[in-house]
Amino acid sequence: MLGLILAILILPLAVAIASFLAPARVAAGITVASGIACFGLVLALIPHATAGATTYLSYLRADPLSCVFLLAIAFLYAAVAVYAAGYLKGRTGRYARRFYLGFNVFAWAMLAAPLMSSLALLWIAIEITTVVSALLVAIEDTDGAAEASWKYVLIASAGLGLGLLATIFIYYAGAQVLGAHSNLALQPLISAGSRLPKTPVRLAFLLAVLGYGTKVGLVPVHTWLPDAHSEAPTPVSAMLSGALLATSFYAILRFYQVAAATLGSGFPRGTLLVFGIASLLLASLYVFGQRDVKRLLAYSSVEHMGILAIGVSFGAPIALAGVLLHVVAHAAAKGNAFMGAGVFTVKYRTKQMSAMRDGLRLLPWSGPLFLLSVLALSAFPPSGIFRSEFEIVAGGLGSGDYAAAAVLVVLVTIAFFGLVTSATSILLAPASGVLTAGEPSAWMVVPVLAGLAVLVLLGVHPPGELANLITQAAAQLRGAS
Amino acid sequence: MNAALLALGGATPLRPPGPVPGVYQGAADVIAALMLLLEFGMLRQALVRDQVRLYAAQSAMISILAIVIAADRNLPDLYALAALSAALKVFAVPLVLRRLLGPPAVEETRGVAGSYTLSPASAVLASIVLAAFGFFCFGSLGVHSGEAPALALSIAGAMVFVAFVLMIVRRDVASQAIGFFSLENAISLASLVLAAELPLLLETAFLFDLLLAVVVFGMLIRAHHARAESLSTADLTRLRG
Repeated sequence: MLGLILAILILPLAVAIASFLAPARVAAGITVASGIACFGLVLALIPHATAGATTYLSYLRADPLSCVFLLAIAFLYAAVAVYAAGYLKGRTGRYARRFYLGFNVFAWAMLAAPLMSSLALLWIAIEITTVVSALLVAIEDTDGAAEASWKYVLIASAGLGLGLLATIFIYYAGAQVLGAHSNLALQPLISAGSRLPKTPVRLAFLLAVLGYGTKVGLVPVHTWLPDAHSEAPTPVSAMLSGALLATSFYAILRFYQVAAATLGSGFPRGTLLVFGIASLLLASLYVFGQRDVKRLLAYSSVEHMGILAIGVSFGAPIALAGVLLHVVAHAAAKGNAFMGAGVFTVKYRTKQMSAMRDGLRLLPWSGPLFLLSVLALSAFPPSGIFRSEFEIVAGGLGSGDYAAAAVLVVLVTIAFFGLVTSATSILLAPASGVLTAGEPSAWMVVPVLAGLAVLVLLGVHPPGELANLITQAAAQLRGAS
Repeated sequence: MNAALLALGGATPLRPPGPVPGVYQGAADVIAALMLLLEFGMLRQALVRDQVRLYAAQSAMISILAIVIAADRNLPDLYALAALSAALKVFAVPLVLRRLLGPPAVEETRGVAGSYTLSPASAVLASIVLAAFGFFCFGSLGVHSGEAPALALSIAGAMVFVAFVLMIVRRDVASQAIGFFSLENAISLASLVLAAELPLLLETAFLFDLLLAVVVFGMLIRAHHARAESLSTADLTRLRG
């Protein structure tokens, strides 16, 4: 198992260095190979993690909860690496070298975060994702990219400053029980939860939700998100939305575990419910009236992060399982939606939906696939998102949170109409231009097909190993293990 | 005697004085107070170059505090941390920022001199209110131990709020970056007060991470200047909604 973890930590970094030195085509090839290999390594890690959480070399750890997030990140890394080979076709030299260097380091930092056994190292990994992805957002060198990257790095870094403060308060709380030389390792903190002083833990959890919530995109600290997602190159947008937000949410879940062990689940659940409802409410209203297709999808990300927060706030086993399934399904669905939108932006040379028309005819593969991806993202059955949201709502009703469950259903339905209305307008409205039908690149179609296959699989019959992994991870969140 | 005190002080007897703070607690409280004053100074300064000087001084305070704690509590790791912190925050970061700013004469033309969204007086007033809020919030938490000076922690809370004000009220990328770096100083102060024994490996990793952030901030500031021919953020209004 240690070998697998080390391979996941070394491979993307080695590929990042190699791709900076190699020609663009070679960089694309080794990035695809690295993405697929990392996905395979994570799949191989799952049976070990479900057999029991283990810590290695004092600072590395793999358990069911971390493996759920690793799975989402690694799948998206592989899919987007394939997509990027088509997206960057014709872009060689300095741009391609910088892109592949940043892309692989970004993936490495996201894969490293769930493998850290210490809250301090988790913070460091997430901070590295910020600085690297800010440079990736800026890589297009446009006015919009410069503005978005500055807002992103400033707001996210300030948020992570609060995350660091949260980490320090947890250290202080842990030091009262575990001794001053504790290294912020998760398991001892959770085990000692009931003996930790309550006030610093309560403050740490609030700061963590606010701080890491900035990176998750929780309202009201989400303001960088639509800008960065819309101005980044599409492969980066897909990674930001499908993987980075989840990685930051993972950090909140780790603080949630410590807080629930110390304070009981009432306070952390209530906090997440407030942020979740606010995020879902704002996002479901903002998806209406968006003119930029990537901005539309960015607000959908805020919506889904709100759903995750609400799901955790329900606390019921089925809701927690739904949350974890949602993490994986959202990675596939949002990655798909962004990759599909990227095909449209390449084809029509704009991000404005008013200039995109007749997509079903002009993009014979990507048009229908984009429609299916948006439907899957909107929880249309048999998508995995439908199953996960169904489980979350069932958990809410089961735990007696009727009002919150009802609000969730209403707001998700509003967002569904907003997304589908916009998507159908670019697919079905007749075109007035002279574009000819055809796909920009087959590389940009294949990963979307793979993503849809995964979504259907998750919705219809999740594999037994995955179901077991999610069940165990949900049990970790409930404090049963 | 008590009767005399009662006569002088009215009906309420004077409370006996509390325990005298030790060298560490006293030094921590004084240094924290100086850091907060420097933070207000940064907020008040119109020229970014002066803000950079104050930031360097504030960072030097952090290193001095680390040395005091290392000596008082016999934590030799903190000497190394103080040296690393000084190298990075007292010398490297200010040097990078000064290079980005260029010669003093051109600061006016780069859109950074006095780039307030509020008037300086209003900005200082708002930050005083927020600093008081932060001070009393952190103070009321009752987070303290025999070793941790609660006053310094409360001041760190106040500094966090003032740093946010600095980031918000200035409309140039250099001042906003300085606001972020001073936020990091506030967190360093809280860290020294609450987590001085945190393993050196993790403390060093935090500093390395700050170094990365400085490099990226520097690259983005340079890119912004190359594109807008100004460090002002007044034109960063394209992305809305």
